[in-house]
Amino acid sequence: MISLATLFVILTLLFILLELMPGSPFNDEKLSEEQKELLYKKYDLDKPLQVRYVTYLKNVIIEGDFGQSYTIQKNVDVSKLLKDRLPISVRLGIQSLIVGSIIGILLGVIAAVYKNSKWDTFTTIFAVIGVSVPSYVFALGLSYFLGYKLKLFPFTYDIYSPVQSSILPTFALSMFVIATVARFMRTELVEVLSSDYILLAEAKGLNTKKVIFKHSIRNALIPVITVLGPLTVGLMTGSLVIERIFGIPGIGDLLVTAISVNDFNIIIGIAFFYSLFYILMALIIDTLYGVIDPRIRVAKEGRNG
Amino acid sequence: MEKILQVNNLHVSFKTHNGMVRAIRGVNFDLYKGETLAIVGESGSGKSVTTKVLMGILAKNGMIDDGEVLFDGMDLTKLTKQEITAIRGKKIAMIFQDPMTSLNPTMTVGYQILESLVEHQNLSKKEAKAKAIELIELVGITEPEKRYKQYPHQLSGGMRQRIVIAIALACNPRILIADEPTTALDVTIQAQILELIKELQQKIGLSIIFITHDLGVVANVADRVAVMYAGKIVEYGTVQEIFLEPYHPYTWGLLASVPEMEDTSNELYAIPGAPPNLLEPPKGDAFAVRSEFALKIDFEEEPPFFKISDTHYAATWLLHENAPAIEMPAMLKERIKKMKKGVPHER
Amino acid sequence: MDNLAKKYSSKAFERIFQDEKLQRDVVYEGLSFWKDVRLRLYQNKGAVIGLVLILVIVGLAYIGPVMNKHTYKSIETEHINLPPRVPGLEKLGVFDGELDGVNVYEQQGLDTVYYWFGTDNLGRDIWTRVWVGTQVSLYIALLAVVIDMLIGMSYGLISGYIGGKVDIFMQRFIEILSGIPNLVVVTLFVMVLNPGIISISLALVITGWIGMSRVVRSQVLKLKELDFILASKTLGSSKSQIIFRDLLPNIFGQVVIMSMFSIPNAIFYESFLAFIGLGLQPPMASLGVLINDGYKSILVYPYMIIAPVIVLAVLMLSFNLLADGLRDALDPKMKQN
Repeated sequence: MISLATLFVILTLLFILLELMPGSPFNDEKLSEEQKELLYKKYDLDKPLQVRYVTYLKNVIIEGDFGQSYTIQKNVDVSKLLKDRLPISVRLGIQSLIVGSIIGILLGVIAAVYKNSKWDTFTTIFAVIGVSVPSYVFALGLSYFLGYKLKLFPFTYDIYSPVQSSILPTFALSMFVIATVARFMRTELVEVLSSDYILLAEAKGLNTKKVIFKHSIRNALIPVITVLGPLTVGLMTGSLVIERIFGIPGIGDLLVTAISVNDFNIIIGIAFFYSLFYILMALIIDTLYGVIDPRIRVAKEGRNG
Repeated sequence: MEKILQVNNLHVSFKTHNGMVRAIRGVNFDLYKGETLAIVGESGSGKSVTTKVLMGILAKNGMIDDGEVLFDGMDLTKLTKQEITAIRGKKIAMIFQDPMTSLNPTMTVGYQILESLVEHQNLSKKEAKAKAIELIELVGITEPEKRYKQYPHQLSGGMRQRIVIAIALACNPRILIADEPTTALDVTIQAQILELIKELQQKIGLSIIFITHDLGVVANVADRVAVMYAGKIVEYGTVQEIFLEPYHPYTWGLLASVPEMEDTSNELYAIPGAPPNLLEPPKGDAFAVRSEFALKIDFEEEPPFFKISDTHYAATWLLHENAPAIEMPAMLKERIKKMKKGVPHER
Repeated sequence: MDNLAKKYSSKAFERIFQDEKLQRDVVYEGLSFWKDVRLRLYQNKGAVIGLVLILVIVGLAYIGPVMNKHTYKSIETEHINLPPRVPGLEKLGVFDGELDGVNVYEQQGLDTVYYWFGTDNLGRDIWTRVWVGTQVSLYIALLAVVIDMLIGMSYGLISGYIGGKVDIFMQRFIEILSGIPNLVVVTLFVMVLNPGIISISLALVITGWIGMSRVVRSQVLKLKELDFILASKTLGSSKSQIIFRDLLPNIFGQVVIMSMFSIPNAIFYESFLAFIGLGLQPPMASLGVLINDGYKSILVYPYMIIAPVIVLAVLMLSFNLLADGLRDALDPKMKQN
């Protein structure tokens, strides 16, 4: 419910922005009379505000139509521009999330199990650096040294070798994920390991391996799911800059270009997609909670049954 | 009677930021087959640490400085991690204080019982499941099949403690360590759980070490009692001996501080002061500073155990032949008289 | 037991009646809360390092620009694209004005000229620009955090203290607002208002206050139920007295922690906005603007980006370290595990 309301609010805000935006396509002087007429017709611009609003909602929700690009690629549908670029960005984001989460969880587990050891100190320092230093700093460093100087990886994105050229950006993006997850995982696991039920599991005669893998990690992961939300935003923000640095033809790169040339339809289209992802992520987090935590799952089943 | 466990001269200390805490300073006791030994004392007296040594689950910063724990011809303090893991849960099992937190919230209770069976008994999944359901029934829970699939949060505190007991009993252990198993429960449930433990003990022939600070519970379940103070046992004997003829001033204090039902006129008695700081254990008798009956020698030399009967020993200088005749406080004497008249807990 | 084997003098068995040997409660000198916090903070190596680095950077941000004659916008057309050169250090082979093996200063006949961090493509002194840029970044961050504190704190206080329908409505509003990613809000906001110090700070506030208000609200809800508030009420305190005298001092610690964490966040967002082309307009400089400028010529003149990136990274790291330390110091329970 809340997600739907949020989506609606976002659409409304975007509409208001579109109306208010100085130099927005609706009153661009550079347009030809013909174009203007077409536009006016399509978006009911001659009609009153509420009609325009309804048309706008209809266009976006039902037809996925965000209008056309005005400067980047004239008269090309925004939806078409996005269609080619979206998968590249999404893949990069998911790749970084997965790589980052796995490494982060591993580091967190090692740090918690060997608490107060060298490993723990290493993870703590790594995590603080990873959280504080912006991902583009890593990106610049990686691309300059490994890409430009040592030529180990493609310096910029190469459409013909997408796998190799996505290694550096993935690492640059996942630094933040690794750090955040490792930090959280350590705290949670340390708490779980000192809980009574771990003592009971030990008293049952389970060995340390079983105690950690069967009884602890899953329980420590539950709260870690909450950071997925902030992580998503971090990844989106990071991807804007990183796609630019590595020249990756994704939507982040497109957004930055669109901002510099004031291509509003594209900006609004991408803003909408970012919001959509974020809301989807919130839904996924909710569902994941239910899957992984029986306390919530059972409560839900009870309500339904 | 057959001795099943023997603890000799156990010393345990913990490394902390402030220095070494001497939590156990020379503990000796025996456990016989089929009996219930209660260890009583204030928090911090070392009761729980003692049991953790028996289970081999001492915290990482704790170490056994001296002594031995003989069980089954082995010294438990000398075993490797694997060896003690194999005994734990199989031959010596444990139940804990708070059933609300001692079960894993993300696993069905059935699986948590099953785990123990699979670990130690080489049963197939199917057999183990049948046995687990049997165990749930044994601890007095109705609808065992349904409960098997439920998660801890779906059960009440009493039921959870029954599950914890079922887990402990899964592999027919010889010794059950119960660390304040009823403290966190409602009074009515407490009684049920105690009854269950007693009943199971008779059925299976368990030896139980019962850790508690609740003397009411002790009177109810124990055969013998060991009173612990500041990392040492100060007096031990049968329940009758401890309750009706106590000799150590600390035991007197403990007994006197139990609130009495009939007697409303008396003020509630409390032992003055607080247990000593075990970073620097006091010289002599650790209780002397809090005792009304302290002797000079109490501050200089540790009292040895004085034999009162074959089963009853107390470590207090008051029992020395040179000591002045000191009797227990009048108020306690009065109480014991009343208790003797009434029905003492004969078992 | 052969406890009789040893003979004791009967004197040893004299009773001790006097109180002198009896245990007395030791009264330890109490530490005031803030003194305790300070002591704990000083024990935390990371926090101390962070604090020292912040002080150094803030000091340099104000002293740095006046250490040479250049201003952040003075253009020397004859001195463009000069690499870093520091007197003294140049003899060690670093900061010697060399770029790709060529001493650019000597090549251009500028033997007596020194630019510590080099110059940019307009001949502006990067040293001066970096420190002025640091000032601007810090200023934006502080402005954002202060507004954030004010809005977040009042929102949380009102929502938590009044409760009921007002609270429900205010929380629904927040839920919807937090469903929009800050990236989108911040970007669009700056676009509409045109980039500038105020609009960038405001954009950072728009999303920042939500976290703050949540923390304040949950604290208020927790404290509201405690007896000392009830006691205060029964003594006839007015609402404002309860809020300002009883509630605020108790949530202040949490607020400080929150705002310490949002400073590096604000610094990051500022640099991010600059990077996507929504930064301050030239000749104004912030760390983000400098990094963006340096990035444009990273392959030819990599030195241009190094100084602002290092200052930014160290600044964010230090604030995070200090915030971590403060959290541990203010909330020792959280650290114990």
